[in-house]
Amino acid sequence: MADKAHEVFVPRDTTARSMGADDVAAAIAAEIARRGESVTVVRNGSRGLYWLEPMIEVEAGGVRHAYGPVEAADVPALFDAGFLAGGEHGLGLGPTEEIPWLAKQSRLTFARVGITDPLSLDDYQAHGGYAGLARAVDMPRDEIVEIVTESGLRGRGGAAFPTGIKWRTVLNAEGAQKYVTCNADEGDSGTYADRMIMESDPFVLIEGMTIAGLAVGATMGYVYLRAEYPLAIRIMNEAIRIAEEAGLLGNNVMDSGQAFHLEVREAAGAYICGEETSMLESLEGKRGMIRFRPPLPAIKGLFGAPTVVNNVITLASVPIILAEGAEHYRDYGTGRSRGTLTVQLAGNVKRGGLVEIGFGHTLRELLEDFGGGTATGRPIRAVQAGGPLGAYVHPSQFDTPLDYEAFEEFGGMIGHGGLVVFDDTVDMGEQARFAMEFCAIESCGKCTPCRIGAVRGVEVIDRILSGVDESDNLLLLRDLCDTMVAGSLCALGGMAPFPVISVLDHFPEDLRAR
Amino acid sequence: MSQVYEAYRRPEDLGAPPSESATMVRLTIDGKTVTVPEGTMVIRAAALAGINIPKLCASDMLEPFGSCRLCLVEIEGARGLPASCTTEVADGMEVTTQNPRLADVRRNVMELYISDHPLDCLTCPTNGDCELQDMAGAVGLRDVRYGYAGENHLDAEKDESNPYFTFDPSKCIVCSRCVRACDEVQGTFALTIDGRGFDSKVAASQDQPFIDSECVSCGACVQACPTATLTETSLIEMGQPEHSVITTCAYCGVGCSFRAEMKGEEVVKMIPNKDGHANHGHSCVKGRFAFGYATHKDRITAPLIRESIGDPWREVSWEEAIGFAADRLKRIREKYGSNSIGGITSSRCTNEETYLVQKMVRSAFGNNNVDTCARVCHSPTGYGLKSTLGESAGTQAFDSVLKADVIMVIGANPTVAHPVFASQMKRRLREGARLIIVDPLQIDLVRSAHVEADCHLQLRPGTNVAIINALAHAVLSERLEDRPYIEDRCDLDAFEDWRRFILEERNSPEALAEVTGVPAEDVRAAARLYASGPNSAIYYGLGVSEHAQGSTMVMGIANLAMATGNLGREGVGVSPLRGQNNVQGACDMGSFPHELPGYRHISDAETRALFEREWGVELLPTPGFRIPNMFDAAIAGDFKGLYVQGEDMAQSDPDITHVSDALSALECLIVQDLFLTETAKFAHVFLPGSSFLEKNGTYTNAERRISPVRKVMKPLTGYEDWEVTQLLANAMGYPMNYGHAGEIMDEIARLTPTFSGVSYEKLDRLGSIQWPCNEKAEHGTPTMHVDTFVRGKGLFRLTPYVATQERSTSRYPLLLTTGRVLSQYNVGAQTRRTRNVQWHGEDILEIHPHDAEQRGIEQGDWVGLKSRAGDTVLRADITERVQPGVVYTTFHHPESGANVVTTDNSDWATNCPEYKVTAVQAYRVTRLSDWQLEFGEFTETQLEFLRKARTPADA
Repeated sequence: MADKAHEVFVPRDTTARSMGADDVAAAIAAEIARRGESVTVVRNGSRGLYWLEPMIEVEAGGVRHAYGPVEAADVPALFDAGFLAGGEHGLGLGPTEEIPWLAKQSRLTFARVGITDPLSLDDYQAHGGYAGLARAVDMPRDEIVEIVTESGLRGRGGAAFPTGIKWRTVLNAEGAQKYVTCNADEGDSGTYADRMIMESDPFVLIEGMTIAGLAVGATMGYVYLRAEYPLAIRIMNEAIRIAEEAGLLGNNVMDSGQAFHLEVREAAGAYICGEETSMLESLEGKRGMIRFRPPLPAIKGLFGAPTVVNNVITLASVPIILAEGAEHYRDYGTGRSRGTLTVQLAGNVKRGGLVEIGFGHTLRELLEDFGGGTATGRPIRAVQAGGPLGAYVHPSQFDTPLDYEAFEEFGGMIGHGGLVVFDDTVDMGEQARFAMEFCAIESCGKCTPCRIGAVRGVEVIDRILSGVDESDNLLLLRDLCDTMVAGSLCALGGMAPFPVISVLDHFPEDLRAR
Repeated sequence: MSQVYEAYRRPEDLGAPPSESATMVRLTIDGKTVTVPEGTMVIRAAALAGINIPKLCASDMLEPFGSCRLCLVEIEGARGLPASCTTEVADGMEVTTQNPRLADVRRNVMELYISDHPLDCLTCPTNGDCELQDMAGAVGLRDVRYGYAGENHLDAEKDESNPYFTFDPSKCIVCSRCVRACDEVQGTFALTIDGRGFDSKVAASQDQPFIDSECVSCGACVQACPTATLTETSLIEMGQPEHSVITTCAYCGVGCSFRAEMKGEEVVKMIPNKDGHANHGHSCVKGRFAFGYATHKDRITAPLIRESIGDPWREVSWEEAIGFAADRLKRIREKYGSNSIGGITSSRCTNEETYLVQKMVRSAFGNNNVDTCARVCHSPTGYGLKSTLGESAGTQAFDSVLKADVIMVIGANPTVAHPVFASQMKRRLREGARLIIVDPLQIDLVRSAHVEADCHLQLRPGTNVAIINALAHAVLSERLEDRPYIEDRCDLDAFEDWRRFILEERNSPEALAEVTGVPAEDVRAAARLYASGPNSAIYYGLGVSEHAQGSTMVMGIANLAMATGNLGREGVGVSPLRGQNNVQGACDMGSFPHELPGYRHISDAETRALFEREWGVELLPTPGFRIPNMFDAAIAGDFKGLYVQGEDMAQSDPDITHVSDALSALECLIVQDLFLTETAKFAHVFLPGSSFLEKNGTYTNAERRISPVRKVMKPLTGYEDWEVTQLLANAMGYPMNYGHAGEIMDEIARLTPTFSGVSYEKLDRLGSIQWPCNEKAEHGTPTMHVDTFVRGKGLFRLTPYVATQERSTSRYPLLLTTGRVLSQYNVGAQTRRTRNVQWHGEDILEIHPHDAEQRGIEQGDWVGLKSRAGDTVLRADITERVQPGVVYTTFHHPESGANVVTTDNSDWATNCPEYKVTAVQAYRVTRLSDWQLEFGEFTETQLEFLRKARTPADA
């Protein structure tokens, strides 16, 4: 066996590591040494089958085979079973790409995630990386914007604003200096797609931001990166350095004569800083407070200059759109929701992980076909979609297709694609209370409905739950929700009532005296 | 326009600042068609149409913020309920400001506010003037369904550390108006919101008591507060005012307009007037808060006389006092000749008072022995600017700074001496203007919140002219001058002479680096920056004028501005920052011995004839004594009688020992002032003066703005100051019969071309006027020298640098320079009698750590300070604000004796004393100086003499 070097892939992303991937890698290294095998261990990104992590892979016969979840103690047995050549073992999952959970997905944005070594530029390029930028450098700005517009890509951070239109606004805005900023302050409960991209395929984000820079005429970009993602910060910084050395960032991007510089800025550790105007304030070194809009950041953003603010997934979706064309992307999806959505299954779910899939599939497919129901095996009672400000979706609504407009119709939202599953033991009264409490904790304090309203919301729910003037307080709670929705300055106060309203509407039995 | 006298009301607030756009936009608000400039916020457009949208966080003094959510409106076609304070108008926009939906949201938002607010309205200090209360009324809040048992801030502790206002966070609604006022209006950035969400609270600096924070007590936050959270202590004590009167501040040369908010004859608070053209609704700690001196127990309200300064005072009637004074003056004149008496007026007096003093001296006294304290501050400005540009005044309006791209501050410390203008300047600096500081001190502007100078030329004291020549050399040698401008507007022969002179190697930055202590490259960088503009403006202070070469430096500044084309439009210019309220006016009013009002020389027969006709006397054609001449003549025994209105030479003039000797030699010193000043301690007649609150008149600020001073209360003494001068003139045998200060202004306007058309009626109508105001410029002249210079062609004057005699020697190795602090004003007679003493209770000596260590001086030690003129003792403050070899102090407290140390050195052209450079030695001591001990004894004796006058022997 010593004549041929095997490759073993052990994910290095935060989830896999938190589940023991580093121990597994160490055990493999020890085993290799003990056995004198010629094996290369590649620390790839995660494939996103999180319930199987640490999921290791070997390449055998040009095909990647997966094993998982692997513990360090399993390693000698795996070697004994000849896993380096795809040998049979109880943890064996077969050829990775044939695992139905993965096979059913349409990985466009996540095309390389879990496959490549995140910090190998060669690997990235060998897997189609920088083909998008290579096309973009030869295009007039307007054409890049046109392609992105044509693709139907909408902001994946939650607001679903058409990306091409935003870019065009920045392109047309007057300004000697323009910026591209990436909102990587991923803070919604149950979400991790941004982190996965940055940890598993950082160059795709760099490439996407560079294309955005070329498109709008920005020479400087910032990644506002969640401080609680130390590994993502390390990997992004390293990837930026590598890209700079390769002439893919800097004063002369890909010999185009155009400059684009990129820097990571550690976020300030507040949920509100994920709101785009707060993020800009924070990037400027100020307290993360909401700015009123208009003026839109596209006109007057970072340091008062026209600024693209996009989420990680939005920007990471751009390279493939440029590489493969607008149609290729637009062909996925339904209605006005084009392309793919990166769903993150979390909470009480049997098979949690990253599902990238075209818009249009129903929530039920995600929960049942991919998620496999709850981890506890009990019935699903509710799903919170779109983060802590998203409505609790009642099982009667599970046949809603994943489509921005369809969700909006019932008062829900897709947001950043996080789905948090609850079984029938959940106390929806407590969940309603939590929504207000979350808002109270995370409120920047600028506007009154959010600053005071959220605190009063908790108090009113407490009174309801303890049976004080229940019917008056239920009316007051509705009124308060309405005031916050209508009156708040930003989406935090404006949407925090959504989960509460969904509980009032669909789980009223839980909002009453105990 | 606002009324001058009116029943008290809260000033109108349109909710958003005005838009400068020339493009007009038409929209409808509640069905009413409104046309406003593009960029106007909906809330302002509505207010202009008489539609008041509820609001709490919005103000026309502050940038839009959008936090209170009361001003939400509906806009046809727009999603949700946009805030009208943050939404710009658009053509064809249809706005609805009132409907049931909006009413619900507003009431519900107000309900949230009140769920965390005390319900003590009836006993609250702002009861009757509370925006929160008004808004609760406007939205019809009747019930707080949340109750009051929830989480709240009602137990938050009051901060009463500031002497002038109280911070009661239990009443705070976190609208951030105070924070924004501190940032945007004042530019100090002392306040912030600490914590987030419900825990958000206003905090001073690092959550410190206000008094310990960076707060400069300008009061902008108090003014901005819509609740009783930040409230004037005086309001808490007195309750709401019932009427208000617009008047002008009596402190620095910014000349802020105020509304004196009154309760009968008492001032409740002074609120900067939003319509004030110099200050636009802003003020500093002095103007807003330090008015308590006007009713301080030290005020003397009855005339006093005595035979000699060794006698106790005797309180007498006005009639007796005036008779006594006139008799003595007449006797002196008979005995010693007509040149033996004279008068000194002050930059603190009104135009009318000053005019009258010089008129009395020239007519009733029969000589030209009249001078003003401008002699000792800005006389070089008059001389230097007149000889180069043709007019003895600053070229710009204060607002011009908002169009400047490069600002050069020379020898001025605006954040302490002209704080309201400094705030305007800082606003412009935050917008990106570049800054050059030329100052021996590390003044605040060098580096403070959101301000950092691009260049700080930290020169050695006394080397101004060297620096200005080096700057000019850099400009010319690098061909950065504005040739077309020079050719179009300046005297070319003079320019060529000047050019040759400046380009001499001795004037190069490299050659002068040794002299100035400033690296040549720094000078060149500053010169390039200044020349690059495009709009470069110079602001300077007493650090320019109070030098042996003060006049030369002023000319050097004018030369540099002309050479780079930086005169004659907005955003540029040469602007002296006048120390006192009426320096400009005092100079305008003919209070110098050689000039009649309007800067016309006394030797000019035509001018003299004009005044002789009006005054009915014959005027002497030769200039009289300047202040230093008066002192010298007094010591020589030739000058015996002096009338002093509002000036305190015994503290403010240099070489105090010399001044005291001169005053002691007088046979009749008449002092008209508020308090027993240092000068008054040498007086034979004390005529009690009236404060600026007690009289009518006008002040002319540093931008030539004539602003009305109005009598908001009856004079405590029974007379306005000008009336006292009139009594004396009449007693001297020269009849004066003015019935009102306005009649004096009418006379000034008749006789002075730059003032023609000025009248109290016009001032009432326009608020204020910048001279020249005449038929050509009825509304005044914000920017001078627009098409041509007043003198015709701009005249470059040669400015050879001559080192001052005050240089460091082995005996006096340090250079003392003097200045001011924010909380105190000039000699401190006013501010020391207010709660401002809390910030500056004594003058201290700033000394560099290097110099302190060499002398074994530690922080707080008593330090002897000795010059060839005298010595005094001050406490040491060891700081790097001063450079090695330089020490610094202030002169706000008489016992400090700063001017015992300063010398008789003075400007070659105008005799303006060289306060800014004195060679001194400093050394540790353990007791006060002999001068201070004598001063203490003398003061105690004189105060005892005063006490005797006030408590008659038979009591």
